[in-house]
Amino acid sequence: MAGELPFEKPLVELHDKIKELRRFTEEKGIDFSDEVKRLEQKAKELADQIYGNLTPWQRVQLARHPERPTTLDYIQLLFTDFMEIHGDRLFGDDQAIVGGIARLDGRPVTIIGNQKGKDTKDNIRRNFGMAHPEGYRKALRIMEQANKFGRPIICFINTSGAYPGKAAEERGQSEAIARNLRQMATFGVPIICVVIGEGGSGGALAIGVGNRVFMLENSYYSVIAPESAAAILWRDSSLGMRAAETMKITAPDLLELGVIDGIIPEPFGGAHRDVAMQADAVKKVLLEQLEQLSQLSPDELVQDRYEKFKQIGEYASL
Amino acid sequence: MLKDLFGKKRKFATVPSENLTRVPASGDQAKEAGVREKEVPEGLMNKCPHCGTIHYSKDLEKNLRVCKGCQYHYSISAPERLALLLDDGVLTEEFDTDLITSNPLGFPGYLEKLEQDMANTNLNEAVVTGEGLLEGNRIVVGVMDSRFRMASMGSVVGEKITRAIERAIDRRLPFILFSASGGARMQEGVLSLMQMAKTSAALAKLDRERLLYISVLTNPTFGGVSASFSSLGDYNIAEPGAMIGFAGRRVIEQTIRQELPKDFQTAEFLLQNGQLDMVVHRKEMRSTLAKLVEMHTSTPREGVETWQESSPLKSLS
Repeated sequence: MAGELPFEKPLVELHDKIKELRRFTEEKGIDFSDEVKRLEQKAKELADQIYGNLTPWQRVQLARHPERPTTLDYIQLLFTDFMEIHGDRLFGDDQAIVGGIARLDGRPVTIIGNQKGKDTKDNIRRNFGMAHPEGYRKALRIMEQANKFGRPIICFINTSGAYPGKAAEERGQSEAIARNLRQMATFGVPIICVVIGEGGSGGALAIGVGNRVFMLENSYYSVIAPESAAAILWRDSSLGMRAAETMKITAPDLLELGVIDGIIPEPFGGAHRDVAMQADAVKKVLLEQLEQLSQLSPDELVQDRYEKFKQIGEYASL
Repeated sequence: MLKDLFGKKRKFATVPSENLTRVPASGDQAKEAGVREKEVPEGLMNKCPHCGTIHYSKDLEKNLRVCKGCQYHYSISAPERLALLLDDGVLTEEFDTDLITSNPLGFPGYLEKLEQDMANTNLNEAVVTGEGLLEGNRIVVGVMDSRFRMASMGSVVGEKITRAIERAIDRRLPFILFSASGGARMQEGVLSLMQMAKTSAALAKLDRERLLYISVLTNPTFGGVSASFSSLGDYNIAEPGAMIGFAGRRVIEQTIRQELPKDFQTAEFLLQNGQLDMVVHRKEMRSTLAKLVEMHTSTPREGVETWQESSPLKSLS
């Protein structure tokens, strides 16, 4: 198992031991098959125990797994005829966000997504998936185009947050995000958002105002990355684990809070264990939801989205 | 006369300097545990946190809580702001005073902090909304109050602002919002984040109805508030020296590992970078806002041709 996470270590060690015993059996002709069987049973139980009881912090780690499928992976597996389109026509082409048009089961759709890199070089080009204002403005331009041509919009959310940098502030990071939030509320086409990894703060929400919002089982969605929350709340960014446990950021939490519409199950051990299977699960949901939303008129879609967000929040009355 | 001088000096010595903070550090998200700008300390004197000029508190009040030395704009409470803004100094109708925050995430210690702030401020939450008269013009107005949880935005703040916008639509009135906020409220997690979408969607409706929205950004406006309704005005106006941004200065310095210019994220910096329409001194705020509102509501006076009527292209059509 490549890229294992700390909490998976006992399982990895067990698998290594099983492998070693098998090699012994082959090389030395000593029969360890009973022992192997016993250990395999144990490994299965251990895996059930670990993956069946993932803590919020463990899910955060899975959501950030370097091998976790990205927007471009899903685009490749779910759609046909994808054509990437570039640039905000104002300043530049932010590679931290990708967008384009493609077909989903033959039907033209517009796709937007945060894009993390696959390796260090790619990550530098994509700024680790943290967009500048031009990224959000590119997304808006592409979404406006979708609205013009009546194409549904599908957003894949996967960012630790909008980039907190000098140039980003100078070019109006706040304004870019705010404008997307307002404009996404006006589009008369179906918008479906799927959090595929990290749903970090305003940088995630800026492409997240959908009629339907789904989360993969091991993704998270939070007002701020857990480490930053810890820095603010307790002045100690190393308390990210505690923040993750306290702040209700997992898919089941958000479903309970009424923020999302559903959870898309992941393969055992996380999306990266079986990317094709994961893509199928996502596709199934997209097709179902698109079918439902296509029944609504443009005005109804706008109203539907308004009501969805209007009801989020909890308060009491004196 | 000499005696008087000495008398004054003794008063200088009573300034409780340990209570005086420097320019409030720009807050990232809800930086409520930390520095809150010190209100005018009790007593006769006040020392400007920016330039150190010492004022009589009475003079400072008279000067709308603006330092005579450096024009530093002290934070003012929501009731004080309304007193400066509205005819008769008060709202004609206050909205949603019954909404109070619950503790949706079961965050430890949250309710106690809220109760404390409610007692200290006499407010139900960090924003006051209502209808009032601005130089005779009916407006719907919201004012955030940084004494309450650094005016961070949780469910109630989001809901109150959204309802105020909806009322502005129902009554067909202009909407003016004074923001001051550390950002989203950590203790309500993702529910706070979603208030950004909720308030912005309400502004989309207001926009579609062609109603006026003026956003006035005051010190400090950061994070989720800056990245939603505060940046969406038909006119974005700030008070001089107000600190405004998405991420806090400290976070940015840690990320890019270089020092930022001194005026970074000030209202003047934003104006220079094309993010604001104007920076307006507190003394001019009321008249500026009234002028803007009237520009959008008044019917053309008789005898004044509208642009279309006076256009040379008219004869062509």
